[in-house]
Amino acid sequence: MLLNVRNVSKSFPGEPPVEVLKGVSLDLRAGESLALTGESGSGKSTLLHIIGGLESADAGSVTLDGVELSGMKDADLADVRRRHIGVVFQQFNLIPSLNVHDNLIFHARLAGRQDNAWTNHMAGALGLTEMLRRYPEQLSGGQQQRVAIARALAGKPKLMLADEPTGNLDEDTGDRVMELMLALTAEAGTGLLMVTHSPARAGALDSQITLSHGRLS
Amino acid sequence: MHRAAFLALLSHWRRQPLQLIALLFGLAAATALWTGVQAINQEARSSYDAAASALGQGTEQRLTGEGPIPRETFIALRRAGWLVSPVVEGQVNGVTLLGVDPFTLPPMAASPNLQGDRLGAFLNNGLILANADTAPALAGYNVETAANIPDAQATMDVTTAWEVLGKTGFDYLVVTSPQPMGLPPLTEVAPGLTQVTEEAAGDIANLTRSFHLNLTAFGLLSFAVGLFIVHAAIGLAFEQRRSMFRTLRALGLPARNLTLLLAGETAVFALLAGALGVVLGYGVASMLLPGVAGTLRGLYGASVPGSLTLDLSWVLSGFAITFAGASVAAASSLWRVATLPILAPARPRAWAMASVRGRLLQAGAGALLLVISAVIIAQGEGLVAGFAMLGALLFGAALMLPFFLDLSLRAAAFVVRGVLGQWVVADTRQQVPGMSLALMALLLALAANIGVGTMVSSFRATFTGWLDQRLASELYLTAQTPAQAAALEALLDAEADATLPLRTAQARLVGAPAAILGVVDHVTYQQGWPLIEAAPDPWARMNAGEGAFINEQLWRRTGLAMGDRLELLPGWSLPIVGVYTDYGNPEGQAMVAQPELLARVPDLSPLRYAARVAPERVEDLRKAAEALGVPAGNILDQASVKRFSLDVFERTFLVTGALNVLTLGVAAIAILASLTTLASMRLPQLAPVWAMGLTRARLARLELLRAALFAALTFLFALPLGLAVAWMLLSVVNVQAFGWKLPMLAFPVEWLRLLALALLAALLAAALPAWRLGRMAPSRLLKVFADER
Repeated sequence: MLLNVRNVSKSFPGEPPVEVLKGVSLDLRAGESLALTGESGSGKSTLLHIIGGLESADAGSVTLDGVELSGMKDADLADVRRRHIGVVFQQFNLIPSLNVHDNLIFHARLAGRQDNAWTNHMAGALGLTEMLRRYPEQLSGGQQQRVAIARALAGKPKLMLADEPTGNLDEDTGDRVMELMLALTAEAGTGLLMVTHSPARAGALDSQITLSHGRLS
Repeated sequence: MHRAAFLALLSHWRRQPLQLIALLFGLAAATALWTGVQAINQEARSSYDAAASALGQGTEQRLTGEGPIPRETFIALRRAGWLVSPVVEGQVNGVTLLGVDPFTLPPMAASPNLQGDRLGAFLNNGLILANADTAPALAGYNVETAANIPDAQATMDVTTAWEVLGKTGFDYLVVTSPQPMGLPPLTEVAPGLTQVTEEAAGDIANLTRSFHLNLTAFGLLSFAVGLFIVHAAIGLAFEQRRSMFRTLRALGLPARNLTLLLAGETAVFALLAGALGVVLGYGVASMLLPGVAGTLRGLYGASVPGSLTLDLSWVLSGFAITFAGASVAAASSLWRVATLPILAPARPRAWAMASVRGRLLQAGAGALLLVISAVIIAQGEGLVAGFAMLGALLFGAALMLPFFLDLSLRAAAFVVRGVLGQWVVADTRQQVPGMSLALMALLLALAANIGVGTMVSSFRATFTGWLDQRLASELYLTAQTPAQAAALEALLDAEADATLPLRTAQARLVGAPAAILGVVDHVTYQQGWPLIEAAPDPWARMNAGEGAFINEQLWRRTGLAMGDRLELLPGWSLPIVGVYTDYGNPEGQAMVAQPELLARVPDLSPLRYAARVAPERVEDLRKAAEALGVPAGNILDQASVKRFSLDVFERTFLVTGALNVLTLGVAAIAILASLTTLASMRLPQLAPVWAMGLTRARLARLELLRAALFAALTFLFALPLGLAVAWMLLSVVNVQAFGWKLPMLAFPVEWLRLLALALLAALLAAALPAWRLGRMAPSRLLKVFADER
């Protein structure tokens, strides 16, 4: 099992405290893709952040490839993110100071796993070969998101987390980006956990689960 | 509507208190340094005016003789109808004593208040009048305080002055203007006297004009550095409130009204910062004034009180300069608000995305200023042109800084290996537009520090070397009376290896007060007085009475050349055969053979001597001189004189040093303000890198590294700029201001110290934002991804 999430709970401070996740559990096998759906405020992004080691859970455990993330120190969590997890955000979040090529290889180089052949292959598959010297501000939204996907997969991580990766794109561009992302994660053998609002996009993945009021339904 | 809109605009500052503090402090600091310097200048000028009015007029007509003027001569002149008043002048404990005759003082003189019993005490009981600051220096005398007596001066009756100073006769007679018609000529009534125009007060004002201009230039530089902070803070606040402006406009607030509200907001800030700035300015002025007073005394012998008088006009001018500064700093932002399209993108981007074209235009403007500076070097003359040249150079270079930084970082990107290094360089390059104003402020502060520091250190090194040469004699002795001098001379002739009597006559050389130094023929002078210009065989000619040397000040001021004849005294002129350096002396000076001088001015008081003696015999000779009754304070060894001279020197540049530190401090605050404000705007760039596996602590360390990189690059640019400033100060401004030119020396250790200081300032400024980043809650970083949804 690649990912094991057991009874994860999370609250945010407030009067009264807001309970976002209430004992959530899920599993993901290596190379498998799973869609996480749910209405706004249901806790999807929070769960994704906890799995990615970006945020800590109040209770429960997250195990990635046999390594327990809960209770890890900040530096160790950062190491896990660097080596084993790729992240794609809705807003692309490319590094504006680096060109497409440098953005693309950035995460892989951080992880010390740069593979030029694989990077070139991805760039070709994603149609980025002609724009490697451009800067993010010179790209369209669809192009930026393709760079973000390539960046997340460049180091062939064990797990890719995608938070509404097509949320900012039009329908056709979103379809194309989804298609490429699924093809490349399958090719890299990377597990994919994707947050989405769209039932159609969720349907394209191996399986889907829905969060409602902090619980899986 | 307007109230609600105004409150909405102000709410930004409630959420950004550090930005508000930076804005208010920047404006207050700019105001404080400027008004502080103005207050000092004003205080000094008032002092000169007070000194000028002490004896009646700024330009004074005097009758002087070759020695003390006898009482009989004065009486003869009065009887002949001449309206003259006698003055006895001397120094006690650093106070200038003026013995006057209250009945004949010119009507425009600031006469001492001698009503009631005071007149009797003044005339008969040795009453001395001085202001409250000066009176303590005359403890032991019959001193009363009088407010209208200038600082470091005391007034008394001539008879009291004779007693206190041990003098007889008058030093000069003040000639009241106008005089009655039909007076008998002076040559008939008092043939030994000559009428001279003594611009005593005017001379001080003229001499110190350069110093005050120097101070004003520093004040202006500090003001400009402060305005960089304000401009940066207002500009960043504008960027952060773009979405608010768009919303307010969309809700029906016209652009004109929004602009007016923002102008009103700026005015409120200017009022607050102005009040703070004036208070701080008073503090700065009070802190610096004793140093300035010391400097003026050391450099020019001008007396300025060490305490400050609060003046309403100064307070009002402080507020005026705050408003002017705030308006200048806010102008471009207000213009952008006024012309902002209602649907302009709300994302803050102007700072990060400043166009390449804009940067090139700015660099072009900077290059143009550098060209203007070069043209002024080639064509300009005078002190104002010198400062204009410096201003054009400094601001031209500041405008070119972002271009230079971008170029350097672009070059660094080719050299740096490793993904993080490359990211740091690329990200640093991205930050250049946002940081450029603060870095320009740092550049100005560093260049001023290097320039002024190199000037002062060059001056110190040259001055110390010059003192070592000039103060070659082991002992300097001053007798109290001619009889004691005769005994002393006999002692020195017997015990010392060489006796060098010092004779100085006061004169006017080429229309200005000057001294004529009579020296004896001794190898000490040839070794200790390096000549910067000389005719063939200068020493032999001077010692033979066939030529005169002049000091550098007189040479540069008059443009006299080798061989030109210089009129030393009426009917006595000699060709100039040499020019010697004479640092620290504001006046012109000539050096001639002593026998020649004594032949023309026979009654020169023979009181001062220098003695050459083996070092191990110095103490014995000192004791022998003391046994003759020469006070210990009148026997100075070489080391004491050097120490005293260097002490005067250090005091001279105390103010410059203090302003240097203050300017650097203000620049550090500019960096802190920019980094703090940019910190929140940078989260979208940092959060993805954190999400990809860099810890917050590491990101924080990289932020520190980035700040250090900025400071180091700015220093690299500041170094040649500062050296150019030093060259201009030494070769152009100093020559105009002081009349001497100095060799420029390099002080690499000082530069390293300044680099360390710049790095420290940048690291301290970056420490708070970095610490906050290192401890930032992950949820705050995650908001970056959520915020943009």
